[in-house]
Amino acid sequence: MSATPAYLQIQNVVKDFGGGAVAVNHVSIDIQKGEIFALLGSSGCGKTTLLRMLAGFETPTSGRIILNGQDLAGMPPYARPINMMFQSYALFPHLTVWDNIAFGLRRDGCPKDEVASRVEAMLKLVQLGKYAKRKPHQLSGGQQQRVALARSLAKKPQLLLLDEPLGALDKKLREETQIELVNIIEEVGVTCVMVTHDQEEAMTMASRIAVMSEGQVLQVGAPVDIYETPATRFVADFIGNVNMMDGTVSVDEPDHVVIDCQDCRHLVGHGITGVPGMAVGVALRPEKIQLSCDKPEGEFNQVLGKVRDLAYFGAFTVYHLQLPSGQVIKVSESNQTRYRNEPLTWDQQVWASWSPTAQVVLTQ
Amino acid sequence: MKLRTMAKPSFIQGLLRGRSAVIGLPYAWLLIFFALPFVIVAKISVSEMETVHFKDLIGYADGMLRLSIKLGNYLFITQDDLYFLSYVASLKYAAVTTAGCLLIGYPFAYFMARARVTLQPALLMLVMLPFWTSFLLRVYAWKGLLGEHGWVAEAIEAVGLDQLLLAAGLIPALGKLMNTPFSLVVGMIYTYLPFMILPLYASLAKMDLRLLEAAADLGATPWVGFWRITVPLSKAGIIAGSMLVFIPCVGEFVIPELLGGPQTLMIGRVLWDEFFSNNDWPMASAVAVVMILLIIVPLAIFNKYQAESQEARR
Repeated sequence: MSATPAYLQIQNVVKDFGGGAVAVNHVSIDIQKGEIFALLGSSGCGKTTLLRMLAGFETPTSGRIILNGQDLAGMPPYARPINMMFQSYALFPHLTVWDNIAFGLRRDGCPKDEVASRVEAMLKLVQLGKYAKRKPHQLSGGQQQRVALARSLAKKPQLLLLDEPLGALDKKLREETQIELVNIIEEVGVTCVMVTHDQEEAMTMASRIAVMSEGQVLQVGAPVDIYETPATRFVADFIGNVNMMDGTVSVDEPDHVVIDCQDCRHLVGHGITGVPGMAVGVALRPEKIQLSCDKPEGEFNQVLGKVRDLAYFGAFTVYHLQLPSGQVIKVSESNQTRYRNEPLTWDQQVWASWSPTAQVVLTQ
Repeated sequence: MKLRTMAKPSFIQGLLRGRSAVIGLPYAWLLIFFALPFVIVAKISVSEMETVHFKDLIGYADGMLRLSIKLGNYLFITQDDLYFLSYVASLKYAAVTTAGCLLIGYPFAYFMARARVTLQPALLMLVMLPFWTSFLLRVYAWKGLLGEHGWVAEAIEAVGLDQLLLAAGLIPALGKLMNTPFSLVVGMIYTYLPFMILPLYASLAKMDLRLLEAAADLGATPWVGFWRITVPLSKAGIIAGSMLVFIPCVGEFVIPELLGGPQTLMIGRVLWDEFFSNNDWPMASAVAVVMILLIIVPLAIFNKYQAESQEARR
């Protein structure tokens, strides 16, 4: 790591609510200035508790949180240079959009004209100038979300927290807003920690992701690393779709290993090594598999399967292939031609094959 | 005409009839038991009293239609200090009671609404428990508590609170707590407190606590968050509670009668005297009409506010 300490340091943080399970279990994360960092996990994995500890609504049982060289321990939420955009937005229903955005600035005792210019700037940023006099309930969900963002950015926080930022929006609006939200955050240049259970949201918005489960961080990395090089079966399974095959290492050469599975033999050609006889898992993403009616060359990285199910999505088609052992794997094929040259149908025998770099070998 | 009604599906007719019955019933009730008596009282208030019965307002004799409205009673209300002073006293004591109930009831409702959810039904029950005993008994009990050697009276004297009450003009002399403005206000606050607490509790309990987190996150201390978020959001409860206390307090008769004294002449007492001591029904009716107007105006404001806030919530 670099010599200068990270902008936000989460050091060995534990939160134990009592009653058995530990909500956050020895989590350490370093976040750099200007990053958009996502805490990704299913509900109950501790990501929200961690976020609430950053905001100051929960106190860590042990561990330290250091922001910009300042230990946040014992600092109440209202004293922290951190602002949060709440999942439900938590807009003040009795205040107008303008007063909602001005709320934080007024608490700091900003002079009136400064408050006004800052609120105007925020309204312009989120393109809600026309709605300044409205009450929150008179706005659509997307507009409320932008007011919440403007309110949390108004005080120029050192750290912006987003709790399921797009969770309350419908799918179509969510996709549009993801990009817009990232643009605004990058325009402001604020360091941002977001919590989400939606892996797509995390992948599109964040520069780095921490995958959490049962209070622990399983893997931290850029979206592409998390997806293409998952560290564990859980991460591989949690992010996107994956076919998992169990096998044992049979050949270990400097430039490749061979892993024997029940249905096929994997040749893995990227720099990994193992001991013959070692039990491993092979993870193979559906989109990295090709289908053909003729048998591919060679003996590795191929398997004959029967089409059990197919789902046509327009842009791509997902096939469920039943292998000789009975295992069903998913294959996703992008539809590059309008109609497939050799149309596949139910119960058809078809060869699935993949390149030696397609697999990820997992030991845990 | 008959053909057309026959052609209509009968169940829709039935539905319409059922609906108008449901809507009509409360209206009929209000018409018969509120509007009609009020019209009668209003009529009596402008009638001339003959020895045993009231003179008709409209008379027809010798080809002349005569409408006689006696405004003398209303004029008399403005001329005689007694009425004005007792109206003012009623409004004053009602206002003091409302303020007292709000001051005591708000923290009570607040902590009740923030108490553990499992505890809340029990706390709510405690607030309503006094209703299980006769209201008269409970008010009468204060006579003992505040009278000479009463527990509460001795406690007040022990801590020297009576000095303060004397300075505030709430009691005429040390050692005399009963039949004073003080004992009256104590009795009224005691009686009306639940009517303040219940609407306050209802509005505080449904508040979204995340709003307070949001306020804290934006730099509001808990104290500022309370005044800027909790209080404005419980405004409807404050208004509802205040109306529920203020309106009946203005016309209160029993509590001043039992706990009040010579200093606390309220309009309810004046009304009673006009009806049953002086037997001057037109005068009594005029006093009652003015009192109702005094109460209806704030009620109308309240209703308007409620309609607006409901509109806003939509």
